[in-house]
Amino acid sequence: MTVEMPPRDPAVLKRRNEIVRALRAIVPDGVISGEHEMRPYESDGLTAYRQLPMVVVLPHTVEEVAGVLRYCHANGIKVVPRGAGTSLSGGALPLGDGVLLGVARFNGIREIDYANRAVVVEPGVTNLAISQAVAHRGFYYAPDPSSQIACTIGGNVAENSGGVHCLKYGLTVNNVLGCEVVLINGEVIRLGGKHLDSGGYDLLGLFIGSEGLLGVVTEVTVRILQKPECARAMLIGFPDAGDAGACVGRIIGAGIIPAGIEMMDRPAIHAVEEFVHAGYPVNVEAILIVELDGPQVEVDHLIAKVSELALASRATTLRSSNSEAERLLFWAGRKAAFPAVGRISPDYLCMDGTIPRGMLPKVLQRMREMSHHYGLRLANVFHAGDGNLHPLILYDANQPGELERAEAFGADILKLCVEVGGVLTGEHGVGVEKRDLMPVMFSEIDLEQQQRVKCAFDDKGLLNPGKVFPKLHQCAELGRMHVSGGRLPFPDIPRF
Amino acid sequence: MDGILKPRDARDVEAAVRWALGDGKSLDILGQGSKRAIGRPAQHGATLDLSGLAGITLYEPQELVISARAGTALADIEAALAAEGQALAFEPIDYGMALGEPEGRGTIGGTIAANLAGPRRVKAGAARDHFLGVTAVSGRGETFKSGGRVVKNVTGYDLCKLLAGSWGTLGIMTDVTLKVLPRPETEATLVLFGLDERMATDAMTKALGSPYDVSGAAHIPDYLTPRMSIMGRTDAATLLRIEGVAPSVHHRIGALERELRRPQMGRLDEAASRALWQAVRDVKPLSADSDLGSRPLWRVSTAPAKGCELVGRISPASQLFFDWGGGLVWIAPPAAPDCGAAGIRRAVAEVGGHATLIRGPASSRAAIDVFEPPAGPLGALTRRVKESFDPKGVLNPGRMWAGL
Repeated sequence: MTVEMPPRDPAVLKRRNEIVRALRAIVPDGVISGEHEMRPYESDGLTAYRQLPMVVVLPHTVEEVAGVLRYCHANGIKVVPRGAGTSLSGGALPLGDGVLLGVARFNGIREIDYANRAVVVEPGVTNLAISQAVAHRGFYYAPDPSSQIACTIGGNVAENSGGVHCLKYGLTVNNVLGCEVVLINGEVIRLGGKHLDSGGYDLLGLFIGSEGLLGVVTEVTVRILQKPECARAMLIGFPDAGDAGACVGRIIGAGIIPAGIEMMDRPAIHAVEEFVHAGYPVNVEAILIVELDGPQVEVDHLIAKVSELALASRATTLRSSNSEAERLLFWAGRKAAFPAVGRISPDYLCMDGTIPRGMLPKVLQRMREMSHHYGLRLANVFHAGDGNLHPLILYDANQPGELERAEAFGADILKLCVEVGGVLTGEHGVGVEKRDLMPVMFSEIDLEQQQRVKCAFDDKGLLNPGKVFPKLHQCAELGRMHVSGGRLPFPDIPRF
Repeated sequence: MDGILKPRDARDVEAAVRWALGDGKSLDILGQGSKRAIGRPAQHGATLDLSGLAGITLYEPQELVISARAGTALADIEAALAAEGQALAFEPIDYGMALGEPEGRGTIGGTIAANLAGPRRVKAGAARDHFLGVTAVSGRGETFKSGGRVVKNVTGYDLCKLLAGSWGTLGIMTDVTLKVLPRPETEATLVLFGLDERMATDAMTKALGSPYDVSGAAHIPDYLTPRMSIMGRTDAATLLRIEGVAPSVHHRIGALERELRRPQMGRLDEAASRALWQAVRDVKPLSADSDLGSRPLWRVSTAPAKGCELVGRISPASQLFFDWGGGLVWIAPPAAPDCGAAGIRRAVAEVGGHATLIRGPASSRAAIDVFEPPAGPLGALTRRVKESFDPKGVLNPGRMWAGL
């Protein structure tokens, strides 16, 4: 697979030995420069793209991060930040003439502050480790991306990660209170803290989801919540995917916001059922997993309501979990969906678009047509509550041309998402994967304004270049403005 | 002052900015002017009145999304949502009472530009958390968009977050899209009487750290309760709100009552609870038409368990109350030329958080920092971000900070 990355800087590559020495002086015990030792860093979760970095540096103090960035800024060296490397969009894909800056050694929990319901962690702490650290007091950290065992909070901040519960509990950006950030020139700033909102511009909100292009996060303060008293899941089968979609609309229209609503189509159900035997109905076209949480009395009340709505939406099977084991079994299938599909196909591409939920029947129909057109199978897993679609395109990389067909199929799906009013990526990020599709959603002016904001943080364009933006501009060029002086050019505008 | 420009559409807005750029003028950006008394006063070349850009353009209750022109009255948005049993979950404050102006005014654009929130902030977030998509005109006279109409969206930078709370200094919003949520079916409030600030903070901390999903936690000291009419009592009142479906509200308020057990407790039913939280939201105890109306009014956000400590460091003659479990403190210090800024800013610097002067004479607002002044590298970055949208300083210059 090829994607055009920024041209390599021969002057930087020529100075490689000197650069490695300089970095070693800043981080004596954390520089990796041997080809064999750098191999684990050549790709992230999007393994179709690989590139060895010029050098890997693993600092473990904010001073070291500041030192590395200051040095790179002064010497015009590109930097790619990396958390655990679980990105599905190539956000941490190295550059051959760039420094790969990993935050894995920042792995300490600095403070647990129950009174303020906040935890202060280093960016290399995994998402799940935060919840585990506060579980004995009944608390947890709400965003739960599927990779939560491995992915770091630093990476979650970079990607604004979601998860299956974000319909009710929000994304990373709604659950992070503060960050310490090192800018490319080595300056350290604090955004937010344990208080809510910003006294000035919401730079914290901007920074979250900026895919490592604006700065390197060295500390994160997250908000923790008390676990609900109980949770129950429902497993509902439908003879038609459109009915399942309509049922989701009815549930939300009735004023119910479940903790999660997941949908799977027939191919996904079959793949999963053969793999984990979760007891999913196999003679239906779609299933919904609806989870309700809160006090027992509320959950029971809402399960009765959702059952009525499901039956009114032509559901043919309906089960509600009666034990924690049963609830986890309902989820086991959904959580194993990707590996399950991996068993029935040599390779698959996982897409990540979001659509207005009401467009689901139309989008499913069009995807079936595309599947036929490209001659590739498709399985759908869907965060139905918030319209985030994960179509899995099944292909075999050993068959000549199949990967290219799968990629073209994927691009068509994402264009379709935008066409029906949705977006290119719901939670996996743009990275390199969707970079060249950005013009489908944004005009040149939209993208230039985003890049001007990038220039405010990174005047030389050294942080993670080649990601997110299809075209790289010099900041000076973006800053130019032609002012046509003179009179009000629209005499017809009402003035009084 | 060149008068008022009243654009009819987004194109007119672009033309107005281009005109201002060409003539070297600045624009005072206005919806209905309900929050005009907040921020630094400044002289502008012209006023850009956006109230003509009005109307809901899309509302799909089942999709939990609404789009409107930025000049649409907030009241119109709220009425349309209420008709479908929905609401803006962030419970935007109405500044009318605090500023001594008519209530019920303001536009959806202004709501976002000021990043409004209410007591439910602790659970549901502020305007920023519900702001999904925007079309805006930059200070370069170019129309740009960001975000979309879906909640799950990480496509490009989230410029919506930057525009929320930027008070019209980064872009002129013309169209906005927000996430909406079902209105809670019912609500009730548990009141603990007679607690001092420390005990009240502990009770609120316990309640917000419980599994009972508390959606409002405020504390009104005894000198302000007579202004609130809380069950006819005049001692300090700590308020804990529970919202949701009826059986759940009943269960949770009972459980909370058992857990916090105090000798002096009471419960407010739905109607009384709703009225009381609206009064908390709109800062009624320190309203402009009260005998405290001549005092300045500050809005301070801090770590919730630290609110109590923060107020221990300011003038003891201040009158104040707490929302957000202690994390939001409304402070009316005694009138002074600097509106009490020196003491409040010092306390905020020591304890952490930020302070905004909401009410104060124009002469004071011109002389002191109304918004928290960003210092050092953060201040320089703030300036570069402003310039990335508005290089010539056309949009509301000086509204947030002098010279910016």
